[in-house]
Amino acid sequence: MSRRPAWFGILLGLTLALTLTFLTVPVVAIFADTGPRQLLNSLGDASATDALRLSLQTSLTAIIIIVAVGTPAAYALATRRFRGRDLVVTLIELPLVLPPAVAGIGLLAAVGPNGIFGPALQDAGIRFALQTSSVVLALVFVAAPFYLRQAQSAFEALDPDWLSASRTLGAGPAQTFLRVAIPAAAPGLVAGLALAWGRALGEFGATLMFAGSFRGVTQTAPLAIYDRFATDFDGALALSAVLVAVSAALLLTVKLVTGARWEAVGVAR
Amino acid sequence: MLRVEARARLGACDLDVALEVPAGTCLALAGPSGAGKSSVLRIVAGVVRPDAGHVTCDGDAWLDTATGVDLPPERRSCGYVFQDYALFPHLNAWQNVAYALRHLDRGERRRRAVALLERFGIAPLAEARPRTLSGGERQRVAVARALAREPRVLLLDEPLSALDTRSRARAGRELKSTLAAIGVPTLLVTHDFTEAALFGDRVGILDEGSVIQQGTPADLAARPTSAFVADFTGAVVLTGTARAAADGLTHVALDGGGTIVSTDTAEGPVAATIYPWEIAVGAAGQREQGSAQNHLAAQVVSLTVLGNRVRLGLAAGQPLTAEITSTAAQALGLAPGTAVTATFKAAATRLVGR
Repeated sequence: MSRRPAWFGILLGLTLALTLTFLTVPVVAIFADTGPRQLLNSLGDASATDALRLSLQTSLTAIIIIVAVGTPAAYALATRRFRGRDLVVTLIELPLVLPPAVAGIGLLAAVGPNGIFGPALQDAGIRFALQTSSVVLALVFVAAPFYLRQAQSAFEALDPDWLSASRTLGAGPAQTFLRVAIPAAAPGLVAGLALAWGRALGEFGATLMFAGSFRGVTQTAPLAIYDRFATDFDGALALSAVLVAVSAALLLTVKLVTGARWEAVGVAR
Repeated sequence: MLRVEARARLGACDLDVALEVPAGTCLALAGPSGAGKSSVLRIVAGVVRPDAGHVTCDGDAWLDTATGVDLPPERRSCGYVFQDYALFPHLNAWQNVAYALRHLDRGERRRRAVALLERFGIAPLAEARPRTLSGGERQRVAVARALAREPRVLLLDEPLSALDTRSRARAGRELKSTLAAIGVPTLLVTHDFTEAALFGDRVGILDEGSVIQQGTPADLAARPTSAFVADFTGAVVLTGTARAAADGLTHVALDGGGTIVSTDTAEGPVAATIYPWEIAVGAAGQREQGSAQNHLAAQVVSLTVLGNRVRLGLAAGQPLTAEITSTAAQALGLAPGTAVTATFKAAATRLVGR
């Protein structure tokens, strides 16, 4: 008979409890500190609703752009072999590890009024600074890699024989992409979409640097929280509570959808 | 008639094949994994392009690297049954079949798909997703889907290997009668000679990218031209050195010791091949006064019961396999370690040069 090392079990339990407490207390505190009345009052405030509306509008626009361009791009990365592919993948992943402030500076240097392409864009009548479109641009920049990465691995996980089968059954390459690759990879694509959306909703640094914080034009919910923080802590809390709820809903979607994916594909091969 | 000629660099070996499959017949390519079997099917289907070669079907060029013809897969006419069937996981059984019928209108598509499933006896499963189907059911959906467009060529990649032994026999019978009914050239690849012999009117043995022998299954089993083919068809292979003897027979000094005789003529290094069921086993030292001339002292290494037969692994200088009845094995009291004499006829001993 060997005695089980009880102390190790206790250690595991303690570290888990510590992790859980540390990670959930701030989130719980937001709701504990915010009374329901305060929540409603703050949300009645025009600047709060403006910020939430702007956040949803810009993040949704950014997600549509990311999905429309990113899906075929990720498919190309997953199914085509070409020289420099690894370099392309690394470059696309770079914004993932870039500090958001650096991303903002980079965008300014590229398409800001004094940036490399700024004058040319201005001549064409396009201005990217301190405008709602600048917010969308910043969100696309920081959130796109999340979707691309997930979409690429979703396409890579497809059985290549599915794509070959589609071709021998009379479908061209574009039809195969639309009717086999996308539906079969759908759970992975939705998961990537939710992750990218979550990242876009919480974006702060790049937006602040590149688009500024003007109410109703570029002040998204995270910027509004920062704006209120000094003067109206309760208002900042209430807005935070709303953002937590939206983000949690997104995370839950990811869990449900990815869970369904394993069930759907797990035994199929 | 399907004609294929292709040369291509594959990872480990160079593929170099020239094949002809007349309409209504099946050519089965058999060989170990990595021999380039699946690549041949991919080249015919147009999924992979060879470095050089051509594919023609009834005189229509699908591929000709010399003239630059290279039709994409969707413009060739191949029914392709993939190794793991490659059914689309997001579509149910009838939708998988109907995918091949997108040139028809919706109602007609479904009617035709269900009719095909009916022909293969799985119409009740039309609404089922592939993951809920058994291996045999998936195979039938895959065959129905491959035939839906009435292809001019049928390609089958290991059609039975994903099935368990119980459903394999039945699926094999059904597939064979399907092949007989459709009347198009069929190209089948498998790693299993018995499977190749079941389906193939002709069988080609593929090794390291080339067809090393082609013929009817009976031909290959009876007259293998190399030790590899003999081994692949299930025969025992013993290596040795042959010399003609005064009695008109060929004497072979085996590499592990011992001498056997054969009615074949050969000289120099040879592989002697015998089928396991041609080898009789008796108690050690006991030479039957029968007509068989070859006697090898051996030791039993393993016994595998196959229904009413026992497959014996023997060590006789070189490994040897014999198949005897269970009754005989019991009567001889065989167990691992038992010393025995393996006996077989000179006329059952084929010699091929090495």
